[in-house]
Amino acid sequence: MRIAVCVKQVPDSWAEKKMNGQVLDRAGVDAVLNDLDEYAIEQALQIVEANSPTKEAGPESGHTITLISMGPDRANEAIRKGLSMGADEAIHVVDDGLAGSDALATSLVLANVIKSGNFDLVFCGTESTDARMSVVPAMLAQRLGWAQLTFAASVAVDVGLSEVKIARATEVGIENMSAKFPAVISVNEKINEPRYPSFKGIMAAKKKSIQAKSLSDLGITPSEVGGKAAWSNVKDALLRPARGAGIKVEDSGDGGSKLVDFLAEKRVI
Amino acid sequence: MKSVLILVDGANGQVAKSTGELATFAKRIGEVIAVVFDPSLVAGLGAYAIDKVVVVGGFDATKFSPAPIAESLAQLITTKSASAVLITSSARGKEIAGRLAVISGSGIITDAIDVDADLITTQSVFGGSTSVHANVSHGTAIITLRSNAVEVIAASATPTQEDFTPTISDMAKLATVTSSQPAAKGGRPELTEASIVVSGGRGTNGDFKPVEAFADSLGAAVGASRAATDAGWYPHTHQVGQTGKTVSPQLYVACGISGAIQHRAGMQTSKLIVAINKDPEAPIFELADYGVVGDLFNVLPAATAAIAAKK
Ligand SMILES: Cc1cc2nc3c(=O)[nH]c(=O)nc-3n(C[C@H](O)[C@H](O)[C@H](O)COP(=O)(O)OP(=O)(O)OC[C@H]3O[C@@H](n4cnc5c(N)ncnc54)[C@H](O)[C@@H]3O)c2cc1C
Ligand SMILES: Nc1ncnc2c1ncn2[C@@H]1O[C@H](COP(=O)(O)O)[C@@H](O)[C@H]1O
Repeated sequence: MRIAVCVKQVPDSWAEKKMNGQVLDRAGVDAVLNDLDEYAIEQALQIVEANSPTKEAGPESGHTITLISMGPDRANEAIRKGLSMGADEAIHVVDDGLAGSDALATSLVLANVIKSGNFDLVFCGTESTDARMSVVPAMLAQRLGWAQLTFAASVAVDVGLSEVKIARATEVGIENMSAKFPAVISVNEKINEPRYPSFKGIMAAKKKSIQAKSLSDLGITPSEVGGKAAWSNVKDALLRPARGAGIKVEDSGDGGSKLVDFLAEKRVI
Repeated sequence: MKSVLILVDGANGQVAKSTGELATFAKRIGEVIAVVFDPSLVAGLGAYAIDKVVVVGGFDATKFSPAPIAESLAQLITTKSASAVLITSSARGKEIAGRLAVISGSGIITDAIDVDADLITTQSVFGGSTSVHANVSHGTAIITLRSNAVEVIAASATPTQEDFTPTISDMAKLATVTSSQPAAKGGRPELTEASIVVSGGRGTNGDFKPVEAFADSLGAAVGASRAATDAGWYPHTHQVGQTGKTVSPQLYVACGISGAIQHRAGMQTSKLIVAINKDPEAPIFELADYGVVGDLFNVLPAATAAIAAKK
């Protein structure tokens, strides 16, 4: 089985974010591996381990996990973290022409990489903490013409039957879905507990291959991607007045009634 | 006049309030065409500002999740020369919008809280600290809108009705729904629609009774933190946060919730935020307009009693 996991480097969610003109200012904040993508990597690892003769991931398992990431040079750090969790190799699409790409361009690039990789399954997180669009996995399935199994709270793979089943958890409830390979799967944070990279894993990751690809390597013309090709445009971004400091009271028996007085004063009750 | 498609949401004959909100936004732009896949919802559409209802049939929309819905909408964009498609910002809604943008070669904007007659959207980002105005510059404007962002306007006339049978590709049927368990519908308001939300976290220690009693005294919806849903204390569909629902009510009450960044992501644009927490240092107090430092098992019953006394 060949599995790909799409991983994104994002600004640390605890960092204060601001706009730099029309785009998110990424330079000034720490960057981390998108946390939901860790769940996607973990799920791929668990599937490989379950189907490996040695019950371990890695080259002897007969299955491979390739990380795919599109992002600037320093996305390397996030990719390295994924490799230290146990993925085998990575493809990193990095090109100055990609700056300012929208989700449509991102999915175009990722789909292009996936097409040439002969993968059976592609895992994604349900959402990147910076874009928060939750659309890339669905766009990938559409572009690839593959089955879409997204918002998975559980995944079961039958390698023999080339079949995958998920429980899709959304606001409408749970839908049990199934499809034949190849499929795009996105996972939520209920699905597993991502492992911490072990010391051995961190050392091994240093020797793993991260293949850099440019737009011309992929045969994508620069006019198809990047800020200029974006089909939605930010006109302006305005800072809103900050929330004023709130009132804080210590409960000494009257906390509940004081609270209700406050709500009445604010006319919400 | 421009025409605008809106995707109708709801179940069991009950049209979601968010559909009325989409109609309200669409009415500013042009002719409102409601696209409905579940015939049981048609009757309920009369209440909203809708000009035309298109009932899509010919395939079982419940059997294949988002893909066929996106294909149908793409075909309707062409037949109706639609300038925009408005969809509710839910997990499912955003995925349909994403596929639709790819099929129709259109730009997409998600999680808008407003859209004007010129199709300029407003989004509230970075925890409500920044307002972004944007527009779609290519193809049909595919826009998903957060619930509860506009006052619903009422119907002016009875909509006309027509049927539409789309051509669904084999690709859209690759993933099939084998069975489903619809989200349990309780007696309380829907989380994303409610004007008041009372949420409980790990601090409830599994006992949501005081949270529910306070919620009921206010006619509020009940939410939960991930700690509470992971522990099985409350259903996952009630989770508020990054990987749960995004709510923006008039009043949000966080009880026994520390205020982790992932929880804030789903509630920090609420108009008024109240926190009840034993720990005076809990980060939730940083964004609370009113914080009570105390035990929720004392504060909530007292507050519930105080509300009852006011009635
Ligand atoms: C990928 C990912 C996605 C996530 N998505 C979400 C999400 O969508 N929503 C979400 O909520 N979280 C999410 N989380 C989890 C988040 O990081 C926190 O772990 C979670 O929000 C903590 O829940 P809590 O505040 O209830 O629990 P805790 O952080 O344990 O806080 C409990 C609070 O209760 C207080 N308390 C205890 N007893 C009482 C009492 N008797 N009276 C009053 N106060 C009391 C304590 O002082 C404490 O502040 C996500 C995490 C990850 C990694
Ligand atoms: N630039 C990127 N590189 C690799 N994967 C990505 C990228 N952007 C998004 N993804 C994947 O798509 C998922 C959803 O992202 P989004 O649609 O941006 O919320 C993420 O969890 C990733 O798995």
